[in-house]
Amino acid sequence: MTESKQAATGSGRATASGPSAPAGTPAETPAGSAGGASGAGERVPLVELTGVAKRYGTVRALEGVGLEVHAGEITCVLGDNGAGKSTLIKIIAGLHQHDAGTLRIDGEETRLGSPREALDLGIATVHQNLAVVPLMPVWRNFFLGSEPRKGSGPFKRLDTEHMRRTTRAELLRMGIDLRDVDQPIGTLSGGERQCVAIARAVYFGAKVLVLDEPTAALGVKQSGVVLKYVAAARDQGLGVVLITHNPHHAHLVGDRFVLLRRGTMVGHHTRDGITLDELTRQMAGGADLDALVHELGRD
Amino acid sequence: MSAALDTVPEERIPQGSPLRKLLARPELGSVVGALAVLVFFACTADGFLRASSLGTVLYASSTIGIMAVPVALLMIGGEFDLSAGVMVTSSALISSMFSYQMTANTWVGAGVSLLVTLAVGAFNGFVLTRTKLPSFIVTLGTFLMLTGLNLGLTKLIDGTVSTKSIADMQGFPSARAVFASTLTVGGVDLKVTVLWWLGLVVLASWILLRTRAGNWIFAVGGDREAARAVGVPVNRTRIGLYMGVAFGAWISGQHLLFSFDAVQSGEGVGNELIYIIAAVIGGCLITGGYGSAVGSAVGALLFGMTSKGIVFAEWNPDWFKFFLGAMLLLATLLNHWVRKRAEAAK
Repeated sequence: MTESKQAATGSGRATASGPSAPAGTPAETPAGSAGGASGAGERVPLVELTGVAKRYGTVRALEGVGLEVHAGEITCVLGDNGAGKSTLIKIIAGLHQHDAGTLRIDGEETRLGSPREALDLGIATVHQNLAVVPLMPVWRNFFLGSEPRKGSGPFKRLDTEHMRRTTRAELLRMGIDLRDVDQPIGTLSGGERQCVAIARAVYFGAKVLVLDEPTAALGVKQSGVVLKYVAAARDQGLGVVLITHNPHHAHLVGDRFVLLRRGTMVGHHTRDGITLDELTRQMAGGADLDALVHELGRD
Repeated sequence: MSAALDTVPEERIPQGSPLRKLLARPELGSVVGALAVLVFFACTADGFLRASSLGTVLYASSTIGIMAVPVALLMIGGEFDLSAGVMVTSSALISSMFSYQMTANTWVGAGVSLLVTLAVGAFNGFVLTRTKLPSFIVTLGTFLMLTGLNLGLTKLIDGTVSTKSIADMQGFPSARAVFASTLTVGGVDLKVTVLWWLGLVVLASWILLRTRAGNWIFAVGGDREAARAVGVPVNRTRIGLYMGVAFGAWISGQHLLFSFDAVQSGEGVGNELIYIIAAVIGGCLITGGYGSAVGSAVGALLFGMTSKGIVFAEWNPDWFKFFLGAMLLLATLLNHWVRKRAEAAK
């Protein structure tokens, strides 16, 4: 059911993108075979998960979860605490490996061994803890793990001038004016840190941006700022995975919605396939919520 | 709208003044402490400020400082090494015994010692990263094992607790010149260890502040999971830090051997804490992620001044440990207070 929906939107977008598409694509999309002949001209998703499962010991954290991320689109993963959202992104980010199912990146089946591998394939993850080191200056954090260097031999050194300048410029582009990029990143506000992390991912040429609960700890205004930059990243052609338990935020920016509950996928919708109210209801537990309303005697 | 939103917090933050920047330096506490100790002994101990005393103080500082530098880097990387003290002795013993037993050039012995000592450091790091045990436990184990090996093997091979003299071995004079000679600079007798010490401080500062590895060291100590998530080779960095300590232990060990011509196998126990104290006085955060190589040097200098100052003041040296403990507390409190103020004011 959901398959046909994706195929429909997929081919719709492909025809819009250009007439030359059908010639090359069928050969390189093994994924298209599931959708049959109608799959011709379907774009290869940047990231595609099918039937992915993950166990921690005897605990089943994920079972049969599928998801796809396209360039210039935002795929939202919604679910309550313990639904398996974090496990899902850890698989995409290379922190954990899946036990079953397939993970395809640019149509090619892979298994990510480390966050470095994921980064090299263009998947940048902004974790809930933001993966910033609070005591380190903003500019050192910005380039952490991918530091530019100059000079050669034993005198190869950090290009600190370039690092400071670039950090300042990239943050300015996101509307954050830091007079002092030397201040420890721990002194910035939550929203600012989130934006630094997003700016970092965009700067390093991420094709896919995975955001883990970027608005969870933020106030209303700060959330708005962060969502604006998420949308800005999408408009720059990135594929975005937005993990959230806030259906309002998800519906504001999302193109696709994957609903998780207790490790399984309970819904897969495109933007025109679901309303905010329905999304909120499903997110809140659907039938469970009705039961709760009844139990509390409010109906 | 966004402009208005984003500039609000900026206006509430006062611009960091040069004084604030100075206060935020990790070395500040140790510099203030060192000045206080200098003034104190200048007033109470005759001859403390004499040029000849300078050489003595610097020598005492350098023997601590050579190890305090890599230990500081390790602490910035968030780990301890309790085996650092006896590793110095092990390194000296290996060098001495290899040269004597194989009748080899002392430089060959020193080379073998370097390899073995680096291997011990790598072992520490490897076990730590593999087992995920706390470094306190892992290096405590190495500490005890090395202590036992030092005594046991020396007795087994040489029959006594000290090694045989290697003074007549080939290469001894040149090795002594490199590791234990005395230079006269402007009327002051300086031990060559002071140069090793300064060299290590410069090298470590360069690594910390200007190289990729330095960025990784701060990151690994500040937030290991965050570092791993952005692609920092966390385990390689940690193993490298332990090998750095091993390298320092090798230099110290060679100095220990070549200042005389034999080594006592029971030496070095307890020194690991002194290195840690110097690093902490120098502003290294015990939880990692913060500190400097220069700070550790000032910490070592403070150490040297106190140990020699007590001698110059003709006090009972038993008081030394008391002074040391008091200074450690004061310096740490000062560092803590300064950092809190600096961070609150930012």
